[in-house]
Amino acid sequence: MKAYLAVFRIRFSHTIQYRAAAAAGMVTQYAWGFMELLMFSAFYRVSPEAFPMTFQQTVNYVWIQQAFLALFMTWFWEMEIFDTITSGSIAYEMARPLDLYGRWFCQSLATRAARCVLRALPILLVAFLIPGPLRMTLPPDAGQFVLFLVSTVLALFVVVAFSMLIYISAFYTVSAVGMRVMAAVLVDFLAGGIVPLPFFPPFLRSIAELLPFAAMQNMPLRIYSGNIAGADALWGIALQVFWLVVMGLAGRRWMRRAQANVVVQGG
Amino acid sequence: MIELQDICKTFRVMKRKTGFGQALKALYSRETETIHALDNVSFKVGDGEMVGYIGPNGAGKSTTIKIMCGILTPDSGLCSINGRTPWKDRTAHVKHIGVVFGQRSQLWWDVPVGDSFELIRDIYRVEQKAYRETLDELTELLNLSEILKTPTRSLSLGQRMRCEIAASLLHRPQMLFLDEPTIGLDAVSKIAVRQFIKRLNREQGTTVILTTHDMQDIEALTERILLIGKGRILLDGSLAELKRRASVQKILVVEYSGAQPELAAGMNLCESREGRMILTLDPAVISASDAIARIAAQTEITDVAVSGISAEEMVAALYEEYQI
Repeated sequence: MKAYLAVFRIRFSHTIQYRAAAAAGMVTQYAWGFMELLMFSAFYRVSPEAFPMTFQQTVNYVWIQQAFLALFMTWFWEMEIFDTITSGSIAYEMARPLDLYGRWFCQSLATRAARCVLRALPILLVAFLIPGPLRMTLPPDAGQFVLFLVSTVLALFVVVAFSMLIYISAFYTVSAVGMRVMAAVLVDFLAGGIVPLPFFPPFLRSIAELLPFAAMQNMPLRIYSGNIAGADALWGIALQVFWLVVMGLAGRRWMRRAQANVVVQGG
Repeated sequence: MIELQDICKTFRVMKRKTGFGQALKALYSRETETIHALDNVSFKVGDGEMVGYIGPNGAGKSTTIKIMCGILTPDSGLCSINGRTPWKDRTAHVKHIGVVFGQRSQLWWDVPVGDSFELIRDIYRVEQKAYRETLDELTELLNLSEILKTPTRSLSLGQRMRCEIAASLLHRPQMLFLDEPTIGLDAVSKIAVRQFIKRLNREQGTTVILTTHDMQDIEALTERILLIGKGRILLDGSLAELKRRASVQKILVVEYSGAQPELAAGMNLCESREGRMILTLDPAVISASDAIARIAAQTEITDVAVSGISAEEMVAALYEEYQI
């Protein structure tokens, strides 16, 4: 365990150095958040009752999404892991007394956590301070907030467990660009990254809510905003645990298979 | 104790002729070729031995090393290292070995070398005290004190390689696998690295297996040599034995002033110019010292040089002999 913590620590402290990147990212996220909210507010002004979430819920959804983007983004990859596989440095990784799945998992968690720490607070601060209808509010009650925290951690783990599958696919495809692009577009959409899942047409929504992607950002964001509460929230969290276990086990197994057939590129 | 028995490993390699047309053709039909990287490789290496593993490019040296490290799984055969099968017991096995892949880096590109070392310390769960001691020792022997705080990306190749070797030894492995450890090093670094490996083997009893194309490495370091070609072990013996086998001749270069000396039995003249002659000697008939004495009796010798066959030439001759 200590070894995995060490991997986490060095990655975390290494990522946190990149302050300029964080600042640039933050500006993008402010701009994106405001644009999205302005667009939504235009729709809501026409007919507020036509939407499945209240405007305040949508506002909270968008701001939390922007603040915690680094935890939930499904289009972000550890390029180093792909490079390790395609260049053959995997040889060194495998010569270490570490389980490769666990090591990469920790590394991914650390990168996302470090990026999030830098960005979340300033974004939340602004979101809570801006006057007018775009201001963010606290969750309905403390219990809901706790559920939100639990769901956030689970969503992060599900996202990483999913990206692990894409990393492992690189053992077989050499270049994982195709998988990456496909995952980026489709998964982000199905996880509620473009519009919240309740805005989907009913048929699509009922399917999407069962998919593993709904266990990603969809769940914590809707719990925070109060769109999912009480027993529904607990069910949602159970679904997250389910998908985490399924993808985790699948990933580990697949990784073992891939390692048995590994070819070290480049001599 | 390292024991390999009938290890086979094949790779499938995509084949395609160059050119655009061929690239299009490869979209629907791909040709693969099976390469027998290792073909019934068997050998044993005892604890504390230092073995040079040589062979031409593509002979299977690195593949063998990777199998012994648990990185590659062979198609068939047995491998037992200190009682463990590397690829089955990978994490337990690699705790006790150190590896250097000369063409790759295990150091983090943009953090100081010291930070990479600390990560490795934590990965192998080395106690802080033991780590300090090992690091101090390595720092002194490999002359690292100046470069520990430098990020890897700013190191020269030789500096980096010294750090790579140190990184592989932080957990004091019982066995060290070196895959071309002196690639790209300058003369001074090469000598430093060689001395260090020798000392490690002598003082700590570390088992060392070394692949290299640099025959001076072999000459300086190893007693025993394994020759591999086309995936098969062709020879297993000491360097001296191999040299005897490869060629029995010695070469004698004499510069003299005075009359040209007469040749005795076992001496063959290769080249003769005024005041200088090159002879080959057949040591079964005449030893080098006898030959020199004989010449000295007839003329004034101003300079003399005796050379055996170099390791480089020996290996080239062996490669030729086995057509690999």
